[in-house]
Amino acid sequence: MRFTLNGKAANVAAHPMARLLDVLREECGLTGTKEGCGEGECGACTVLVDGEPVCACLVPFAQVADQRVVTIEGLGDGHPLQHHFLNEAGAQCGICTPGMIMVACTLPPNASLDEIRTALAGNLCRCTGYEAIYRAIAKAAEQGAARVAT
Amino acid sequence: MAAVGTSVERKDGLGKATGRALYADDVAFPGMLYGRTIRTTIPRGRIRSMRLDFDADGFTVVDYRDIPGKNIVALIEPDQPFLVEREVRHIAEPVLLLAHEDREKLLGANVVIEYDAEAPVLDPLVSTVTLKKVGIDKGDVDAALASADLVVDGTYRTGHQEHVYIEPNGVIAVPEQNGIAVHGSIQCPFYVVKAMRSLLGPDAFVRVVQTETGGGFGGKEEYPSMVSGHAALLALKSGRPVKIVYDRTEDMLATTKRHPSIVRHRTGVSRDGRIVAMDVEVVMDGGAYVTLSPVVLSRGCIHAAGPYKCANTRIRGRAMFTNTPPNGAFRGFGAPQTLFAVEAHIDRVAEAVGMDPVAFRELNALRPGDTTATGQTMMGDCSAVEVLREAVKRSDFARKRAEYAGTGRGIGLSLFYHGAGFTGSGEVRLSSKAKLELTPTGVRVLVSSTDIGQGTRTMHAQIVADSLGVPYEAVEVAQPDTALVPDSGPTVASRTCMVVGKILLQCAHEMREKMRGLTPAEYFAQHGPLSVTREHEPPTWIKWDDDTYSGDAYATFAWGCNVAEVEINRDTYEVRPTKLTAVLEIGKAIHPALARGQIEGGSAQGLGYALIEHVVMQDGAMVNASLTNYTIPTTLDTPEMDVAILENPYTDGPFGAKGLGELPIDGPAPAVVNAIRHLGIDVREIPATPELVMAACDSR
Repeated sequence: MRFTLNGKAANVAAHPMARLLDVLREECGLTGTKEGCGEGECGACTVLVDGEPVCACLVPFAQVADQRVVTIEGLGDGHPLQHHFLNEAGAQCGICTPGMIMVACTLPPNASLDEIRTALAGNLCRCTGYEAIYRAIAKAAEQGAARVAT
Repeated sequence: MAAVGTSVERKDGLGKATGRALYADDVAFPGMLYGRTIRTTIPRGRIRSMRLDFDADGFTVVDYRDIPGKNIVALIEPDQPFLVEREVRHIAEPVLLLAHEDREKLLGANVVIEYDAEAPVLDPLVSTVTLKKVGIDKGDVDAALASADLVVDGTYRTGHQEHVYIEPNGVIAVPEQNGIAVHGSIQCPFYVVKAMRSLLGPDAFVRVVQTETGGGFGGKEEYPSMVSGHAALLALKSGRPVKIVYDRTEDMLATTKRHPSIVRHRTGVSRDGRIVAMDVEVVMDGGAYVTLSPVVLSRGCIHAAGPYKCANTRIRGRAMFTNTPPNGAFRGFGAPQTLFAVEAHIDRVAEAVGMDPVAFRELNALRPGDTTATGQTMMGDCSAVEVLREAVKRSDFARKRAEYAGTGRGIGLSLFYHGAGFTGSGEVRLSSKAKLELTPTGVRVLVSSTDIGQGTRTMHAQIVADSLGVPYEAVEVAQPDTALVPDSGPTVASRTCMVVGKILLQCAHEMREKMRGLTPAEYFAQHGPLSVTREHEPPTWIKWDDDTYSGDAYATFAWGCNVAEVEINRDTYEVRPTKLTAVLEIGKAIHPALARGQIEGGSAQGLGYALIEHVVMQDGAMVNASLTNYTIPTTLDTPEMDVAILENPYTDGPFGAKGLGELPIDGPAPAVVNAIRHLGIDVREIPATPELVMAACDSR
């Protein structure tokens, strides 16, 4: 099945009902997308499909045919959000971090705290109490972190 | 430039922000099989028969008869088996292990187990089997209660709490050198070594390597020994690497939780508001095996009288057996339960003598020179009054207390402390070690302390950098691998900075002397490799008597005061926290941003514990074992937090640092319940769910 993965054409043979999460991690070798619950509650497996954040554990692979999928690996390692998650201690254990960053990069540049809170409401973090994550996103916004190319 | 006291870039930050960091489930080995655990479905009884109801071709099947050593998860008491032989003590107890290379086939395999069921014991107050007793005595409590102007009585309850590390438990066991290497999500690698030596025999080769760990909070302190043992048995039998990663439901059903508690207080108080007697009874639900209950109960009891001076104190604690999965280590380790009880009670005592909760606490709080319930004399680093005053000031407590009265808003506070390191003589018995070795460009830290998110690697590197006089960037930290690192003791008890950090500081000082003014690179080039290993030397003034439970329980305490503001929805009875002020005195913040992260994160866990985290147990099983039905605070449940860090150095800590990891979770629950009391609602139990709040309103 053909789709676009992190900006490149991909063609992967996997069961159409396989979870996108498993296809990314096992067929494509992209283990940056994490599984925390397998039922769409924790958001650790968040990726972008055509620019929308989705829980990859809930998406059957068939659904991304001809669509654009972006994972944490698609950001490389120079994205301002990554830099500020690092500097503001927005990542502690780090298991929720890829999902958090994927959601954060869909936020408008001048998102209010309320907007950030609402956008991240589906992403659980057990380490930070979220405050450091807000600080990281705010710092990235100050630097004009644009939306990721999807 | 000094590294200590600045928020340097964390060593593991880039890997985590890019998704490159490898957690247990991200690691694969050639020829690897997947493992699965077949578990009991009744809380008590005996296994009558067991039958494999699937085509076993391609499967590896393990039961207790495959164990080469002892069928005992070695920890404190030798009572818990890796695999049930006949007697079933709780639901979700492991019985049989399966491995297969195809996960679908593995999950489809059905095993039929028939039982002779017996009636389970589920209530710790009904249970007749005591796992551990603790008694602390000071003065003459009965006489003091009899002569007190007023005696206030109350019983307080806390429920289970589930850790909800976002990465579930998981390990891979790999056959290696006629033995086993375990790679996994593990807080205490040497605990796993000890358990594996029991399982596989004392001479078996065992190596344990910590993979990046997605949160622990105590939940990966003892249970990884069980998971590792299971994977090892399957790997030995199949001769192939075996990965076991729990799904969320299995993790919640089978692994440890915070001990539920019932704490009764009877407090004698004088008319002018002085506490003259404290009589405290602590009951904890230990579950079906001893595991860590004796030490959880111990810490809970030592903290049970709160940060107050009282000449006559009696604390009686017992951990009781029930047919439920064993409860275990969870951030705070017994103290959040007993500090909840005492701090909810103290508000009622203050009310009974007609005093303001701040004034009552200020009058009775421990000060330097005062003694605790165990008879430990407070030194100059006792900061109860300082944190109380700062929190009251920052939160504008007095004004809001008056302003909110009679509205749908409430404000309450809690004063708390947490002893750092192992209790009493524990640190002497551990005799932890740490090692430094030169590299061609700098120095490498070798410790078994794990970074499970709290920032161990970064904080240790900062301490070493400044103690050795090298840049932070010149310090690298080895991955904990028990074949390479010394046993630094477990990563628990808020000891990783204060205790292990101090050993590293001493290693660095010794190394600095040996280098005679050369840089690590110069020394290495001229003289070759150099390493220094040192053992922890607990302060000699610590005197503790295990028989009488008296003396210096901890080398030092860290102090905290929380102010919680809440609002209630009078239609749904939901209580929502709107702000939390947290003032914590921690000796020294080695890395201010990480220290703040511990406080914010621990406080959020404490707010969840207070209000929404409800483990529903029915017939000995958690019936809401999923993240849909057991909720932890999301961004929308977590209020604004105002955090202030105070520093009153502990002389024997590295750069004055005390323990920090657990302290933040001690305060939120009582502060929230006291804020609910300010609404006129007498809640004495957590989580204070809408149902519980409604019942408290109806009973008025």
